[in-house]
Amino acid sequence: MASVSMTVNGQAVTRDVEPRTLLVEFLRQHLDLTGTHVGCDTSQCGACVIHINGDSVKSCTMLAVQAEGAQITTIEGLAKNGELHPMQAAFREHHGLQCGFCTPGMIMSAIDLVKRNPSPSETEIREWLEGNLCRCTGYHNIVKAIQAAAADMRS
Amino acid sequence: MATDGIGASVRRKEDRRFITGRGRYTDDIDRPGQAYAYFIRSPHAHARIVGIDKSQAEAAPGVLAVLDGDDVKAAGWGGLICGWMVKSRDGSDMKAGPHPLLAQGKVRYVGDHVACVVAASYNEARDAAELVEVDYEELPACASTAHARDRGQAQVHDDIPGNTVYEWELGDLAAVDQAIARAAHVTRIDLVNNRLVPNAIEPRAAIGEYDPGNEAFTLYTTSQNPHVARLVISAFIGVAPEHKLHVIAPDVGGGFGSKIFIYAEECVCLLAARKVGLPVKWTAERSESFLSDAHGRDHVTHAELALDADGNFTALKVHTTANMGAYLSTFASCVPTYLYGTLLAGQYKTPAIYCAVDAVYTNTTPVDAYRGAGRPEATYLLETIVETAARETGRDPAELRRKNFIPADAFPYQTPVALMYDTGNYQASLDEALRLADYKSFAQRRAASEATGKLRGVGFSCYIEACGIAPSAVVGSLGCGVGLWESAKVRFSHTGTVQVLTGTHTHGQGHETTFAQLIAEKLGVPIDKVEVIHGDTEKTPVGMGTYGSRSIAVGGQAIVNACDKIIEKGKKIAAHLLEASEGDIEFKDGSFAVTGTDRAKSIGEVVFAAYVPHNYPAGLEPGMEETAFYDPANFTYPAGCYICEVEVEPDTGIVEIDRFVAVDDFGKVINPMIVEGQVHGGLAQGIGQALTEGCVYDDNGQLLSASYMDYGMPKAGDVPSFQVALTETPCTHNTLGVKGCGEAGAIGAPPAVMNAITDAIGVRIDMPATPEKVWRALQDRPMARAAE
Repeated sequence: MASVSMTVNGQAVTRDVEPRTLLVEFLRQHLDLTGTHVGCDTSQCGACVIHINGDSVKSCTMLAVQAEGAQITTIEGLAKNGELHPMQAAFREHHGLQCGFCTPGMIMSAIDLVKRNPSPSETEIREWLEGNLCRCTGYHNIVKAIQAAAADMRS
Repeated sequence: MATDGIGASVRRKEDRRFITGRGRYTDDIDRPGQAYAYFIRSPHAHARIVGIDKSQAEAAPGVLAVLDGDDVKAAGWGGLICGWMVKSRDGSDMKAGPHPLLAQGKVRYVGDHVACVVAASYNEARDAAELVEVDYEELPACASTAHARDRGQAQVHDDIPGNTVYEWELGDLAAVDQAIARAAHVTRIDLVNNRLVPNAIEPRAAIGEYDPGNEAFTLYTTSQNPHVARLVISAFIGVAPEHKLHVIAPDVGGGFGSKIFIYAEECVCLLAARKVGLPVKWTAERSESFLSDAHGRDHVTHAELALDADGNFTALKVHTTANMGAYLSTFASCVPTYLYGTLLAGQYKTPAIYCAVDAVYTNTTPVDAYRGAGRPEATYLLETIVETAARETGRDPAELRRKNFIPADAFPYQTPVALMYDTGNYQASLDEALRLADYKSFAQRRAASEATGKLRGVGFSCYIEACGIAPSAVVGSLGCGVGLWESAKVRFSHTGTVQVLTGTHTHGQGHETTFAQLIAEKLGVPIDKVEVIHGDTEKTPVGMGTYGSRSIAVGGQAIVNACDKIIEKGKKIAAHLLEASEGDIEFKDGSFAVTGTDRAKSIGEVVFAAYVPHNYPAGLEPGMEETAFYDPANFTYPAGCYICEVEVEPDTGIVEIDRFVAVDDFGKVINPMIVEGQVHGGLAQGIGQALTEGCVYDDNGQLLSASYMDYGMPKAGDVPSFQVALTETPCTHNTLGVKGCGEAGAIGAPPAVMNAITDAIGVRIDMPATPEKVWRALQDRPMARAAE
């Protein structure tokens, strides 16, 4: 067992884990933060995207012990005092989700895009989402939601 | 009128939990003391199992049990079933090979379930699985749809000769042959409908639980139809009587058909739970999903379309070989027959149609319904042959279709392939699509593309589907083992809030919102006071689940019928409270009023009186809760016209969709925002089939496309933004006038894309039109475009 400590959604956590524990397993099974999902085993689907020190990362591609000391934000940590993050609100307003399974990863990924590129074009959004699969929406309303959230976040 | 009722694009009630990470999918649930299952799957497409040595695994750390076929046999549990009997043209029953929960002596596809390790942790189960030694004697495999019936092919099931499940037919062969002999022109095509993997982003999962005190099981599972799962697992697998089996399908992350079916893993989790005395959880890895979720499509077809000198279709003759995989999945047999052959009239008045379908076993993953199920295959065939005929006879593809449409005044229309279309207006959707796609300026756009060295093409697809599945007596007469009605219970509380309990299941379709809108419309209760409950056999009335675009047309109508009963009872109570006669009470906008007066009681007051019946009609039951079961009189027939325009880069073969217009007639629409979203998703799956997706098996039956690195899931950059619009001919046999919208996009899109590519490059290729395939086709015909 290895001891690992990090800050998750503003709270310091320390747990003993098997060294082979993936970060996503740590979040889901050790911290019960089940909003971060696992949709594949080859790091393609992006359902597990979280923020590590502010950057979007697929939490299935790293071990929990590699996140030692990191600042982590998951989908559960986005809304503040019950108020949705503009990206969350935009996904709802523009029907950017259906079954909801890819949604947490999509939202976390999209926030990082807008941080890097406050006015992404449709093409830039579609290229950025290369690592996030959705089977329900055909991406149409996800693109609209991200454009709307970007506008909202600029203002 | 209610502002959140029918026709309003209200935002979804269910979204809050999903966008905040509070959804509750099966893998999010942990039961106290739970153990974990890991399945050992066949690495061979076809092999005899000489022996299984479990001893090392059983001794490994954390291992609680290792189950194999002998354990299933010892429990007396049966195998998986196919619930739809299809008969061959000679009247004989289809040949259903046994489908054991864990292999009995033989494996028949790569991924076949052989054994199951149960351990205290997932890692321990997975580690121990490496220690289970299965001794296989490899056998030759049959992996080809087209050649499955050839002499000398490996036999998937020893006692089913020629790998033939059935030889089914529909229609008048003699009339069709006569018409073809007399035709001015006959268009002949051979095509392949590529095999797909449904790929819901949530992998399948299950938790089995056993309560020895009550001899009762609980199953959490990723199901589109928990009551059907309960029925099959109880009555056919023999796990426990139905009242001793509680099935819960919580939030489900997409289904697209693949989660209709009853699978081995969920049953084995129940057996394991009883054996080890703990809840047992299994969650598929994506690689397992590729191997073990039922696949879709996989047809090889030859077809002939006869035309007279004026371009009228006089006959259609179709011969299809449909791959069922190694075993018959739950509804596999009906997909290439009653959901395929019956759709071959399409939107056209073709007078004579004949369809023969040979269903075959191969050493591949079972194939069953995938979004559209049979109807995409029918549409792809029909819309490809119609467009080919237009090209061959020098006619405009839109006008050839228009000429052959069933006229808007000809409904109800009896097709020559069993279905009776109740309503439609195909000219209207074609005209609207032509307008939105700016078809009249296509020639200029093509010239502009050619000026930049690119090839532009336009393609059409005028689809029809039969959904709202289904009238029970009709499907019963065709071999279906169940009724396909739907149920609903509408329950008020003292304080006027409403619970709607539905037998359908929502896994992305937005029922929690759409069904609440029905309550708002019918009963005048705002949607924030309505909760829709589904997915739990101990909460909802027995229901048949969600598939075949049935939830609104069958399940929604059941809700409306329950509302009608509420109103009927409410009138009695209101008449008593208002000292009026029941016949004088009118219900509108949530208020029971005496006709022609301002005397009224709100539905809240009436409901309160029903629960606090201090001043109440004599002899009337208290309470306000009504149940309705609705069995539709006919299928519904959504239809539409899709137009796709592509630009092909000849140096690379890359196809770019420049525009995609979808005009659909879904009848009345409850929530246009949700309906458009359903269309978008279906279109992306249809475009995926056309451009990127396809299973590849090698000759030995190894699935080469078994991960997201190898299978072309459409990404955001692979699909365009869509232009969608609606036309409306209300369904005539439900009071809502609704038809259903879940599958249309996946049904209509593939031929529109492929016809556009054919138009651009001058040669027809099979799906998926990958850059390599398009490029090779262009190399074979380098001068084709220049010569025109």
